[in-house]
Amino acid sequence: MNEPTASPERPPLPDGLVAVVKEDCPTCVLVAPVLADLAEREALTVITQDNAAFPSSDDWVIHDDDLSLSWHHDIITVPTLLHVTDGEPTRRIEGWSRREWESFTGVSELGTDIPDWRPGCGSLSVDPNLTDELAVRFSGSRLTSRRVEIAVLEDEWEAMWDRGWSDGLPVVPPTEARVLRMLEGTSRDPDEIIAVVPPDLVACSVEKVAVNAVMAGCRPEYLPVILAAVEAACTEEFNMHGLLATTMPSGPILIINGPIRNEIGMNSGINVLGPGNRANSTIGRALQLVVRNVGGGRPGGIDRATHGGPAKIGLCFPEDEEGSPWESLAESRGFAAGVSTVTLFPGQGPRILFDQISRTPESLTRHLAAGLMANVSPRLALMFETVLVLGPEHMSRYRDAGWSRERFLEALTADLMIDADTVIRGAGGIEEGMPESLAGETLPKFPPNGIHVVHAGSGAGLFSMTFGGWVAGGMGSVTVTKEISP
Amino acid sequence: MSSTVLDPTGELRPDSRERVARPESLNGLTVGLLDISKARGDVFLDRVEERLAEFGVRVKRFAKPTFAKPAPVDLRHEIATSCDAVIEALAD
Repeated sequence: MNEPTASPERPPLPDGLVAVVKEDCPTCVLVAPVLADLAEREALTVITQDNAAFPSSDDWVIHDDDLSLSWHHDIITVPTLLHVTDGEPTRRIEGWSRREWESFTGVSELGTDIPDWRPGCGSLSVDPNLTDELAVRFSGSRLTSRRVEIAVLEDEWEAMWDRGWSDGLPVVPPTEARVLRMLEGTSRDPDEIIAVVPPDLVACSVEKVAVNAVMAGCRPEYLPVILAAVEAACTEEFNMHGLLATTMPSGPILIINGPIRNEIGMNSGINVLGPGNRANSTIGRALQLVVRNVGGGRPGGIDRATHGGPAKIGLCFPEDEEGSPWESLAESRGFAAGVSTVTLFPGQGPRILFDQISRTPESLTRHLAAGLMANVSPRLALMFETVLVLGPEHMSRYRDAGWSRERFLEALTADLMIDADTVIRGAGGIEEGMPESLAGETLPKFPPNGIHVVHAGSGAGLFSMTFGGWVAGGMGSVTVTKEISP
Repeated sequence: MSSTVLDPTGELRPDSRERVARPESLNGLTVGLLDISKARGDVFLDRVEERLAEFGVRVKRFAKPTFAKPAPVDLRHEIATSCDAVIEALAD
């Protein structure tokens, strides 16, 4: 276990007037005579970040050799001039401006032989080459996860695999620096418990989600999406335990709506359900690694899937809202436009709905319905919901005809009615089917509000896609939408 | 150089508990039959109940509300406190 090398306590600054400088900054060098002048005329302490003898080796210069003063007091620019009371800065100015420095110090005629104004340089404590190391040194101790040392002769990837932390694909080593950087993606406290993760019912902190998000290959800006997804998955309604344990090949499919899709660079176009986009590929995997590592849900353990499927590895995609004439999935579920959300659907791998001939919305709708009849089993009704991903070229049929989402769903639902006599057990020589007690009835294929329509895909290809569901509603899993907050 | 990573797991330290001893015989015991509500689990449990009755075993029947969720805590408690042994029917 590595101990932080410096105290995480915030070290006090010397009281009075303080300047923070580095010799590597031309503006600091320019104002060196001004600092000497101030030290002589007024009490001044200079904190130097690099050369201990800059701008002077006198005792009014302190060397911030481990950068703890600069880091803890948020020095962004050098020179920074501070008024300090009881060890804490009360006011600060940055760079060199004669007028500002005179006003700040109350000393006139400062640096009359140098230019009136010069911008400062970046503080050494925010140097991109040092920030990770400094974050670990000064705030690593706020992380509470157990430290695991990987020995010199061990291969990091093999060591993580041997410990059972991977789904079978490579994982990024969750070093303190990477986890701290990941946590920059949220304003939430690392200690906050956000969910109790099944199957082991383990209280999961923001920090543990961040560790697994690093391993999954996520960037820090994805973290709010992952946190919302973990919260949604671990609700009573979504029933992640059952979805994990089922022999069916279903897992949580994450559908992202709202501005965050574009802010984190998700792909809702070409190959939307395939590879090539980091956010699409890693966010769903981060959720699954949380279930695996924090919750203890592993294939062959509590995960009893007969075949499994892609949603058990990680399946996440955004809706193409900009290209859609309809309200988004999230809006149809009661969320305002402009709110970012994640919707979790308990689903299987995607399947194509192929139609290159239909030119009318009626024909296309009938054909989509025929395809949807096969979801899970053409013999079963009302038990499973579906996600229907309308491709842009199919959506054009509805746009051109002026159909709304409501009209489409009405027509689709009408085309999805089943004569129970054709699907009851034994009908057509097939033993599986709906109970005989339903003979004579007409059954809708999906339960009410059981068709979740999303618009996504590229502009070429007269295809849509469907995801079959798992046991729907209170008996199994309820589709859950959750707002994503920073 | 060695490297340090953070443990991604729940860092559980499970308590170890002794299992209830296996009964020598079912004579005079109460056996719970838990139906997880999968199709035809009841067919299997009906037959088990018949066979147990032949041995003079007292049987209590239980069912999960849905096979898709863990058994509710109250149900587990009731089985644990009112039965000496339990048989669970898992499959279709």
